Amino acid sequence: MEGEFLVLLGPSGCGKTTLLRMIAGIEEPTSGDILIDERVVTGLPPRMRNIAMVFQSYALYPHMTVYKNIAFPLRTRGVDKTAIRKKVEWAAGMFGIERLLDRKPRELSGGERQRVALARAMVREPSVFLLDEPLSNLDAILRASAREELRQFQKRVGVTTIYVTHDQVEAMGLGDRIVVMSKGKIRQVGTPMEIYHWPADTFVATFVGSPPMNLMGEDDILTGFRPETFLPAELVTGADGVVTYPFEVTWTEYLGAERLVYGNVGEKSHARHVVSRLPGSVSLSIETGRTYPFAVSRNDLRFFDRKSGLRTDRGPA
Amino acid sequence: MSGARAGIRDQSALLAKLMIAPAILYVTAMIGFPFILAILYSLSDITTGDPTLRLVGLRNFRDILADSVFRLSLKNTFFFAIVSQVLVILLSRIIATALMKEFRGKWLARFLIMLPWTAPIALGTIGWLWMLDSIFSPFDWVFRWLGLLGTPGALLGPQTNLYWLGVPSLAMASVIIVHIWRILPLATVIQLAGLSSIPKDLLEAAEVDGATPWRRTLEITIPLTLPIVSIAFLFGLVFTFTDVTVVYVLTRGGPVHSTQVLSTWTFFKGIEGGDLAQGAAISLFLFPLLAGVAALMLRMARKSEVV
Repeated sequence: MEGEFLVLLGPSGCGKTTLLRMIAGIEEPTSGDILIDERVVTGLPPRMRNIAMVFQSYALYPHMTVYKNIAFPLRTRGVDKTAIRKKVEWAAGMFGIERLLDRKPRELSGGERQRVALARAMVREPSVFLLDEPLSNLDAILRASAREELRQFQKRVGVTTIYVTHDQVEAMGLGDRIVVMSKGKIRQVGTPMEIYHWPADTFVATFVGSPPMNLMGEDDILTGFRPETFLPAELVTGADGVVTYPFEVTWTEYLGAERLVYGNVGEKSHARHVVSRLPGSVSLSIETGRTYPFAVSRNDLRFFDRKSGLRTDRGPA
Repeated sequence: MSGARAGIRDQSALLAKLMIAPAILYVTAMIGFPFILAILYSLSDITTGDPTLRLVGLRNFRDILADSVFRLSLKNTFFFAIVSQVLVILLSRIIATALMKEFRGKWLARFLIMLPWTAPIALGTIGWLWMLDSIFSPFDWVFRWLGLLGTPGALLGPQTNLYWLGVPSLAMASVIIVHIWRILPLATVIQLAGLSSIPKDLLEAAEVDGATPWRRTLEITIPLTLPIVSIAFLFGLVFTFTDVTVVYVLTRGGPVHSTQVLSTWTFFKGIEGGDLAQGAAISLFLFPLLAGVAALMLRMARKSEVV
């Protein structure tokens, strides 16, 4: 959708970067067409697609100053000198890097390089903005603030953005919609909410969410539920009722804001390993080796076909 | 700590001196001493027939400067070195760019390109001597076969042979061609190293930023490989400046000194002519020049870290 922030999410090697590079025109698709602004651009070189891309490494030109780096995409278009100066200053101002314009990339910190790369991509107002894991080279603290900035900035300029990441937190936090990919195939396209609560198949269910969705197998149908919906029975209510399981606790992890409780559910032969995620506010004592009644609201149960992995509406017989 | 004593292995200062000693000895005996000897010779009237050292001041330098053959040699030295190295840089860039691509038989292409580097210069040059023979040159044969030579009105003339090494301009061209053949492998390897040191991302970023292949070459590849290409250029320059073999084997400086260079002129004057003093003076002419080139090379090497 025009102006949306679309995230390509998938494990490494799933083809998300290749897809991005095909959109950019750096790689050619073996079949199919790529459309930008309802125009087929397949086979066109990148410079005729009006796209901008930020690389994982930022790919700043090391022999040029920040000013020249940002000016480069304008010069290739034959923009005149005074217009270039104005645009570069505008782009630099947007990312707060005006005082760095005379420096070379090697004199910049990681965060500053990322801003320069964004400014260089933005400066000519592309119709699509492609980002290949632009936050992966930043440390954890910087990454959180950069994520927030990126989101606000994208909302402000309103350019359609395609963002590649393998980090589901980034994907959930940034994306208007998320495209989940695996082994070169798109598994699901949807809002973060849809992806999380209504995963299209078992791959999405287990790839998104940490810890992943619990999947228990009975016959041809797998039953899935999120760890945070699997709680001690007395805490679970549901309009459509609840399903209670005896939960044999094998291990607990205290993580401050929450507790992860690992254990087995059901008969020995059918035993399935599941995880419960208890919020920090639940102070109930839980000991390993003992069995507790745990429950899930019926509304939170999802069912998947065991063979195809696809979600179905039908519960186990 | 009873019984523990620091052995020689732990005395790093002493060990350092011991380890550096052979290098210092080598530099002093094999480079410093002959260099000082050359300076002394150049200020004397020593000959192979009369090896007593009598200092005569700068007379040798005045004499060689007045000598028209010396001036021609000086000019030729620069001409050969610079023309051949400019061509080497252009050709090696083209070959290196081709070798960066993947294609069938790439290993064979690489192998063939590297081959001249493995051949001894003298043998390679003798091979060229035969190829450029005044009567049996295969180049002439091919030209005749193509109808470019040996018939009235032919492009290269009605005579049956070009006499590569007998005509001043062709002799110069021959020397330059052999120098190129000789240095090209090294330059190609250096250029390959330079090209592969450019992160692929940079070129792709430039492509996405709208740069045409031409602009990518001019504004990204060339500036980023300039330091390492300069090293290749300076290396080649030193190799050609100091080379005796190619000219000595091909033309012996002829015809009529038209391909004479400082290194061969030194040899002919000082060794074959027996005038050690003048030979030394001629060879010392190269020294300030080569020292300058070496200093430049070291500076370039420091600047060559790409990113």
